[in-house]
Amino acid sequence: MTVIDTALPQTTTTVRREALYFAFRNVKLLIGLGIILVLLGIGVFGPVLVSGVPNAYSGMPMQPPSSQYWLGTNTFGQDIWVQFVYGLRTTFVVGALGGGLAAIIGMVVGFLAGYRGGWLDEILNMITNVILVLPTLAVLLIINAYLGIRSVGVQALFIGLTSWPWAARAIRAQTFSLRTREFVDLARLSGVRTPKIILREIAPNMSSYLFMTFILLFGGSILIASSLDFIGLGPTEGVSLGLMLQNAHQWSALHLGLWWWFVPPGAGITAIVGALYVANVGLDEVFNPKLRET
Amino acid sequence: MRQYFGRKLLIYGLTFFVAVTVNWMIPRFMPGDPVASMLARARVTQPEALEAMRAYYTNLFGLDEPLWRQYLNFWAALLRGDFGISVWVFPTPVSTVILGAVPYTLGLMIPAVLLSWVVGNRLGAFAARRKLLDNTVLPVGYVLTATPYMWIAVILAWGLGVVAGVFPVAGGYSFSLRPNLSLEFIGSLLLHWALPFASLFLVALGGWAIGMRNMIIYELESDYSNYLAALGAPRRLIRKYAFRNAVLPQITGLALQLGVLVAGALVTEIVFSYPGLGSLILKAIQNQDFFLLQGTFLFIVLGVLIANFIIDIVYVVVDPRTRAGMAGAAA
Repeated sequence: MTVIDTALPQTTTTVRREALYFAFRNVKLLIGLGIILVLLGIGVFGPVLVSGVPNAYSGMPMQPPSSQYWLGTNTFGQDIWVQFVYGLRTTFVVGALGGGLAAIIGMVVGFLAGYRGGWLDEILNMITNVILVLPTLAVLLIINAYLGIRSVGVQALFIGLTSWPWAARAIRAQTFSLRTREFVDLARLSGVRTPKIILREIAPNMSSYLFMTFILLFGGSILIASSLDFIGLGPTEGVSLGLMLQNAHQWSALHLGLWWWFVPPGAGITAIVGALYVANVGLDEVFNPKLRET
Repeated sequence: MRQYFGRKLLIYGLTFFVAVTVNWMIPRFMPGDPVASMLARARVTQPEALEAMRAYYTNLFGLDEPLWRQYLNFWAALLRGDFGISVWVFPTPVSTVILGAVPYTLGLMIPAVLLSWVVGNRLGAFAARRKLLDNTVLPVGYVLTATPYMWIAVILAWGLGVVAGVFPVAGGYSFSLRPNLSLEFIGSLLLHWALPFASLFLVALGGWAIGMRNMIIYELESDYSNYLAALGAPRRLIRKYAFRNAVLPQITGLALQLGVLVAGALVTEIVFSYPGLGSLILKAIQNQDFFLLQGTFLFIVLGVLIANFIIDIVYVVVDPRTRAGMAGAAA
């Protein structure tokens, strides 16, 4: 007994140290994480540092980027850099809330269906498949169009409620393969209750997988939210990167040649989502020894 | 095989049922009085239109009838092909408006989706395990797949349309022409089609290339590949087998991506004011035309379901294991 007790924490620390060792040497992870951290930093601290309100008239309209207006101003004289900074914050919030909610629903459904099996699995699987086939954006269009007052939180809520099915399916498959392992049988034999088995035995063994699922859902939520914003069903108050694109398009920035109006928000979204995907591949290589390039 | 199709059809039937129910429920269970708010929001100035709308809405919602009755009426109207009357183009039925837009969306989506899938798969398969190519295809693929559809559309419209002046940036055909079968009109149609097609194609291409590249690497590490290599089979042959195995998950992937692709087509159409379903949705939202919006929603769902079913049939044709009733069609 004593041998096991002392050996166990030691191996977990070495595993962790090994993961860290590979994490710091993985270029993809470092690049992806670096971009996300920089943008997250701008989104979190930017609004405190920049002076001005995003939708306020700041002085001169239609100014190209200069030292005074870093990203220029639009036809309404709004400072695009200030909008960008606030928009980044909104975009991260939508990603975190929407992706987080979708990850939680996906995990609950996936674990229950995969671990319990039987009729519960059949029912959950059916629900998953039905929502999987439904085109997400079309459903969100209907819901958002009828909602009179829209906010970032509500948008994230509905994105979370509709984008979980593929995650649930993937987690279910993983749980399926784990539940017949000896250590799970052992836990079941010693009378551990189901929620505890899932939390203590199954989830930790696929923690890296769960984290990567969350990252992909995070990126997906940002893309869906920006599409909704662009169609004109974004939050009615405030600013987001998608709303900036929508405004630029609606007020024909294209024909006025105001490229600094529509390039930054799209580039911001692409950078966040792309960095998330690249970091995800990096993480995959860190956690999965088979994929490491030696 | 009958079980396979039976199960699929059951899911699609259920999905359609859910979609219709959602469509019916949302106006009724959202806070507020739907008829009053719709009339207020519609901002119609013609009194006869307003009166017709009020009568129509009250009649359609049938708020004096019990809920189950309203629900059955909704289905009955739907099965008759009655989606209501558009507010935006007032006396025209929604179904007529939608049917006029569907060809544009399909003409844009079908070539973009199929071509990006084929080219992306080829590209990914070619790049896998080839150091130099892999290092270029992979980053480009990630950037493309992370790009919002509307942004790439805006950038293309600005670069090739406004700045270079090569392509038109708005409409489905030149505003000076009426739709007819002349060469001039078809040429104009193609010219206006090029940029929306290119943006849809490019974004989707990245995702397929990455997916295929990963699948090929996985297949090249499997036992049969190693065995073939040990037997001294040429690399080309091994890659060919790997490709054929890797295509199966990509077909499933196509079915899973349909929703995203439709969403991409909708926002791309909005950027280019392309006269398809996307522009219709924008108009419906701007004009608070809820019947048009709901009708378009059902059409999109129906289209996605039909496409899913076609992909299922293709899967059975391509993968013999599903025909033999063995495992294989996990999706």
